[in-house]
Amino acid sequence: MPCSGRVESLHLIKCFEEGIDGVFVAGCLEGECHFLVGNLQAKRRVQYVKKVLQSIGINPMRLEMYNLSAAMGSRFAEITWEITNRIKELGPNPVKTGKGREV
Amino acid sequence: MVVGEQKPLEEILKMIEPFDRLIIAGCKGCVAVCAAGGEREVKFLASAIRTARKAQGREIEIREVTLERQCDPEYVEQIRGFVYDYQAILSLACGVGVQYLAEHYSRIPALPGINTAFVGGAEKQGVWSEKCQCCGNCVLHLTGGICPITRCSKSLLNGPCGGSSNGRCEIDPQVPCGWYLIVERLKELGQLDRYLEIIPPKDWSQSRDGGPRKIIREDLLR
Repeated sequence: MPCSGRVESLHLIKCFEEGIDGVFVAGCLEGECHFLVGNLQAKRRVQYVKKVLQSIGINPMRLEMYNLSAAMGSRFAEITWEITNRIKELGPNPVKTGKGREV
Repeated sequence: MVVGEQKPLEEILKMIEPFDRLIIAGCKGCVAVCAAGGEREVKFLASAIRTARKAQGREIEIREVTLERQCDPEYVEQIRGFVYDYQAILSLACGVGVQYLAEHYSRIPALPGINTAFVGGAEKQGVWSEKCQCCGNCVLHLTGGICPITRCSKSLLNGPCGGSSNGRCEIDPQVPCGWYLIVERLKELGQLDRYLEIIPPKDWSQSRDGGPRKIIREDLLR
């Protein structure tokens, strides 16, 4: 999906239902949205889904939003390493293991 | 509209704990408008519940439906064909909808997925506030279109009280004084003389007196 403003809470929760271990939403820099507030809305939705994940026992650290521009290639690589390492440390999504709440 | 908000997920998960086959029933009426129980909320909640259950190693089958209205028998009847294939119905409608489902399908429990909060309207995207307490005897024509029963924290018919300060109510500085609003509106309407008239004690017999209320329109009966 090319625009973080299109991200709905349902897209995010579905990822976890399907067994995906971690999700990061890459939005444009705050204040730089072509549609003015799309990335800020995405930020609020990510925060909401994080709370929901906590409620259902999935570690909310599995979901994160970052803001960067298309010109920030090295920052993108840095973020990708960061989130990948974080998810590796957390291990597989409990949806796949059925081991119960992780938080 | 009737305004509600979804119950905490922890409470919902506890409520549906005994069940492995569940219907989540949304409503396209008021609760869809206030983003508590429409089609989108049904989809999201169903996904969240399935995720929680999979994580526990105990999957749940959920049928997602959203009825035109849950406060009308003809729409409630639309799920009769499959309702008893499931162990319970989690309704995301207001308390009226939950009760309609319970009455129509007495062999399985109807559970409330939202807390019905009040009758009100939208202030802006994502914010709703109470406007009417359904007292059954409207006085808005006397008070500039602002409800003293709802907007005054004491439901005074002749206000404001001594707790009004700078247009705010003593219960919370964020809450406007209902009677301050009424006086300002009457000024705007050129009807301030109405403020001098003492409104007599209200007839509460049409409110919560005498149990559940009912309206019968003979001209519409079949």
